[in-house]
Amino acid sequence: MRVVADLDLCQGHQMCQGEAPDVFGFDEAADLVTVLQEHPDESLRPQVEAAVRYCPAMALSIEEESA
Amino acid sequence: MTATAAGIDAIPEVSVAVPDEDGHGHLAEMRIDPVALFERVHAECGEIGRFRIAGKEVVMVTGAEVNEQFFKAPDSTLDQAAAYPFMTPIFGKGVVFDASPEERQQMLKNQALRGDQMRGHATTIENEITRMVAEWGDEGEIDLLDFFAELTIYNTAACLVGLPFREEIDHRFAEAYHGLERGTDALAYVDPYMEGVEAFEIRDRSRETLVELVQGIIDRRKERGTVERDARDLLDVLISIDMSADYITGVFISMLFAGHHTSSGTSAWTLIELMRHPDVMAEVVEELDDLYADGSEISFQALRSIPKLESVIKETLRLHPPLIILMRQVAEEIELAGHTIPVGTIVASSPRVSNRLEEDFPDAQSFDPTRYRDPRQEDLQNRWTWIPFGAGKHRCVGNAFAMMQIKAIFSVLLRDFEFELVQPSETYRDDYSKMVIQLQRPCRARYRRRAR
Repeated sequence: MRVVADLDLCQGHQMCQGEAPDVFGFDEAADLVTVLQEHPDESLRPQVEAAVRYCPAMALSIEEESA
Repeated sequence: MTATAAGIDAIPEVSVAVPDEDGHGHLAEMRIDPVALFERVHAECGEIGRFRIAGKEVVMVTGAEVNEQFFKAPDSTLDQAAAYPFMTPIFGKGVVFDASPEERQQMLKNQALRGDQMRGHATTIENEITRMVAEWGDEGEIDLLDFFAELTIYNTAACLVGLPFREEIDHRFAEAYHGLERGTDALAYVDPYMEGVEAFEIRDRSRETLVELVQGIIDRRKERGTVERDARDLLDVLISIDMSADYITGVFISMLFAGHHTSSGTSAWTLIELMRHPDVMAEVVEELDDLYADGSEISFQALRSIPKLESVIKETLRLHPPLIILMRQVAEEIELAGHTIPVGTIVASSPRVSNRLEEDFPDAQSFDPTRYRDPRQEDLQNRWTWIPFGAGKHRCVGNAFAMMQIKAIFSVLLRDFEFELVQPSETYRDDYSKMVIQLQRPCRARYRRRAR
């Protein structure tokens, strides 16, 4: 999977850091999410899915990649 | 995009259903049945159509593709404040309608809506709802509009302004606040200060009442003198910089406005839909009973996943979005669906229409919380048409707070009480005669304390 953050939509709620702290970070200066792991391990999928679902700005998504 | 975009005249205009006796175009219908108007714009005109209210052309877009253009347009192109003239007399002169996305983000960073503040808010809300139901007997009836309007005023005041301020207001503040919301007559598109309009008179009297109540609170605080830093709230800060009661009231009104009628209406409709669907109610009650069986705190669980209840809230929001039309005024020429829209036009998108598009939400008129289960996830799959919170950069910054609030409210209500409809199901309806939608009375529910 590929994790995508739309920086035009991010409002800086930082909810994703709670859901998937290994995948999402935060740029304090820009007040925007940073994707720490663009291609996280499959074991992190439930966390990333929760981050996508609970992002208040609907700024996150998962793109599936063909193996 | 076409190289030569057609102008506004090429956009189809919707038919007239309510006679235009005062020359204000579709304003008369907007004040009686705006849902029918917006549905007809989509049915007759498709993804882009127009109607006229007072001197303004309104271009309404529908569907994922054009909604995305609408919601992604920068603030410099589409201006929010100018599209909502009915808000100015409510907030008062000089109080901003909405901050820019940058300011919003800054506010979020410092302020009450931040993720790490939510736990405290959840505790506050649990306390407020517990206080409200403490007056209830073993069984009885409530007016859903009164109950949720009062509860959500306390919740928003406590969480956004501060706990000390919350303790200084009572039902009088809630009732006056409700009067402001009833003042949002679409006649404001002609003149927000028009003489002889009852809604505007109620609005202005209510605002005066709120200023008096806030003035009283300010006077008592000044008399009391300064208190410890950690006992201060936003009101103390505003008093310390010598703001007038009128201005402070305006600031509070604007802070509470976006989060009040929206959460109040959504909570009421969530309960109505649960009472209408006893099978769904039973599943949600079971989910909550399991969740709290280990004695865990509501303030802890309301911030976490409660999938069935969340799906019910989402489906309630889809069918009964608190805002049925989102509007912007064109500040720089913009192209939408191949048409060039000139400066001064109002452009709009309707959550009520988009949320019920059959192509995105199969069997769109029916209440079906299973839409949000994996893999359907019809909210995430339709980011530009599942829009009860709007979309794009201006997407409601309070939505996480709102979801937490409603989850906390129902965690308490359904733990302690059973509910049933008092009236025939179809008589629970919204009153669309004002821009701020409220439940139409009567809207009563019966409660009975659960056996434990």
